Amino acid sequence: MHAEYVLEMKNISKTFPGVRALNNVQLKVKKGTVHALMGENGAGKSTLMKILIGMYRPDGGTIKFKGKEVKFKSTHDALQAGISMIHQELSPVPYMTIAENIFLGRESLYKKTFWVNDREMERKTEELLKQLEISLNPKMKMKELSTAYTQMVEIAKAISYNSELIIMDEPTSAITEREVEHLFKIIEWLKKKGVSIIYISHKMDEIFKIADEITVFRDGSYVDTCSVKNITKEKLIEMMVGREITQLFPKEEAEIGKVLLEIKNFTRAGKFYDINLKVRKGEILGLAGLMGSGRSEIMESLFGVVKADKGEIYIKGKQVHINSPADAIKHKLAFLTEDRKISGLFLPLSVKDNMYISSINNYIEKLFINSKKVNKDCEEEVKLLNIKTPGLDQIVNNLSGGNQQKVLIARWLLTDPDILILDEPTRGIDVGAKAEIHRLMSKLAKQGKAIIMISSELPEILGMSDRIVVMHEGKITGELTRKEATQEKIMSYATGAAS
Amino acid sequence: MNNLANKTSIKNNKHEINKKDKIKILFRRHGMALVLLAMVVLMTVLSPAFLTTRNLMNVVRQISVIAIIGFGVTMVIITTGIDLSSGSVLALAGVIATSFAHPNQYPLIVSIIVGLLVGAIAGSINGAFTAFGEIPAFIPTLGMMIAARGFALIFSDGRPITNLSESFEFIGGGYFLGVPFPIYVMLLTAVISHILLKHTKFGRYIYAIGGNAQAAVVSGINVRKYLVLVYTYAGLLSGLAGIVLASRLSAGQPTAGVSYELDAIASAVIGGTSLSGGVGTIPGTIIGALIMGVLNNGLDLLQVSAYWQQVLKGAIIVGAVLLDKKKNR
Repeated sequence: MHAEYVLEMKNISKTFPGVRALNNVQLKVKKGTVHALMGENGAGKSTLMKILIGMYRPDGGTIKFKGKEVKFKSTHDALQAGISMIHQELSPVPYMTIAENIFLGRESLYKKTFWVNDREMERKTEELLKQLEISLNPKMKMKELSTAYTQMVEIAKAISYNSELIIMDEPTSAITEREVEHLFKIIEWLKKKGVSIIYISHKMDEIFKIADEITVFRDGSYVDTCSVKNITKEKLIEMMVGREITQLFPKEEAEIGKVLLEIKNFTRAGKFYDINLKVRKGEILGLAGLMGSGRSEIMESLFGVVKADKGEIYIKGKQVHINSPADAIKHKLAFLTEDRKISGLFLPLSVKDNMYISSINNYIEKLFINSKKVNKDCEEEVKLLNIKTPGLDQIVNNLSGGNQQKVLIARWLLTDPDILILDEPTRGIDVGAKAEIHRLMSKLAKQGKAIIMISSELPEILGMSDRIVVMHEGKITGELTRKEATQEKIMSYATGAAS
Repeated sequence: MNNLANKTSIKNNKHEINKKDKIKILFRRHGMALVLLAMVVLMTVLSPAFLTTRNLMNVVRQISVIAIIGFGVTMVIITTGIDLSSGSVLALAGVIATSFAHPNQYPLIVSIIVGLLVGAIAGSINGAFTAFGEIPAFIPTLGMMIAARGFALIFSDGRPITNLSESFEFIGGGYFLGVPFPIYVMLLTAVISHILLKHTKFGRYIYAIGGNAQAAVVSGINVRKYLVLVYTYAGLLSGLAGIVLASRLSAGQPTAGVSYELDAIASAVIGGTSLSGGVGTIPGTIIGALIMGVLNNGLDLLQVSAYWQQVLKGAIIVGAVLLDKKKNR
């Protein structure tokens, strides 16, 4: 590889009130390569990228792009210079069309007028989507698209700037394996055109498949840069966490007892049909399938968020009727939802408030909340789950993704549930926190709780589940024991190929 | 990648339309227009005086001031903002414009420009506080609502400004080709606002900011600049409405337009503009304003007491939005 650097960031520092986000870090990206940027959440990757695209100003340091020193004042400057970014948090404008979204900020106009030329934009979008082999109609509104397609459009948008450097921040956190393959094809194609890519991901397999070089950050500091060829997964994880993690998926054997929860003939038109599921004491049931296969919807209906059209629920052999989440909690169910920021956390509230909100009735004595008892229980949870927070009164929005997730788990543990539904429990969180959550799941199973885990990460499904149920387009297409299951088998059920 | 193609086409096939759905879609698209139509039909049956050219023109003239404000308010609401100052800014622009509109003093154009300018300045202050102060628009526009009313009273010494030139009085009181002039002003404003909103970058960014402000920022849009522009435009239209109203009243009234901002907001919301942003149209706001106008007029014709009219109006605003919410499910 020719040692021509398209990007050189040196001695970059950034301090936020009370936090040193970046401490003299560097990042050098060679032209036409995929450069992975790794580190736990809170390591400073996103901050560095936001500095690069002009959203933040660095306190010190230099940025050279294509050999010239640059100082971007806004994302507009960075886009003009040839740097675009796929943001981790999906950012479409829901009521606008795909074409309008892609060309947002640089609309085509009819010559010498102020009149926006929609036809031209739609034509260009059609060309772009065709080139990228994404079969969508440019006139479709973003809100009509599934999460996976929304992400594909975001990817197309970043490419449409014809940038020389594209930053991809967790581009695969919301898409399935099939779209990941698609994305990788696109990346290969971009590389051939000489485009450089900074690829941020927590998924090891992806990094080893697609990256040329890797730079690792830890706690706001630069650790090292090396070629993918010269490093192993274990070594890389060690660099990221600064300690050795021997087992990523440590599901331990637990005694599997009698059936705790059973659902029969569960149906909700358009979402899922004739679902029969059982989960036993001490068991982790993995629910696999592609995005949109109906997994989360079943759990929503089980938990009383949206009622099923028909079907029965049995808990410990007795039929129960769950009409609302409050009913579900009474029956000792807990539901960790898929998107912690949208349907989980109260972002502006404190760690403590976020924790005891679902079990508030346990703390009310004579109309008032017993704060002593609340504090004691929440402190315990913080210790048990190893939540890194300055205190119980910290605003939850200021915690890292992994710690936010732990706060939500703490909320459900405080309700003392028998059955835990965990929807993508480790999405978008760092390896360290991930391993801790996995360890916790094993522990809970050992205590005799039943766990239903939805995950789009096959290694997680394979590592954690005692039994795996696979779904495809609203129906169960296969069931595998821990011993039988392989990535290939799950994928063939999930894509409908095996049914 | 063929699989991807299959998946999309499956999705599209789901949109097979049967008769029931057709009615649903018709209602979804034109729900409020149908409500308006129903009201017109009902009124025609109930009162012979309703469906006359004279009465209908009267209805449209009566809504013109609210509608003019409403177009600006619609844009503001699409950005997830709000403008509570319209009524007061209207009064302030009215008294200042009329003080330049005495007979044989300045050319007509001066008083018009002054009126528009007062509105635009007030609007830009709203916008600046919202965009740069990063406080919810409710606060600066509430402040402006109170302060602008105060300025209007100070400027006019609490008394109406009268003795206006004939040409100035034409704006709100004149007829052109048998149609009241304010209706032309309203239609022209509607066309300009509609084009701005649907066919220019400015409009595109208004929808984008309201739909997802973060996306607008990362797409390289100068969100603050456009926010200031939106509020400035809304202020400008309040100024225009102030001129029209002062002209029709033949006086710059410092107490004019009290609670007009709420009628304007109601028109926008009845017309389908979403308070959570990203959604709304100018034709919708016209329909919203017409619904309010026909309601007022109809209840008058049916001799319903003014007190009951208030109660009904309140109920209908909430009902309309509830209906809107239902149909979107």
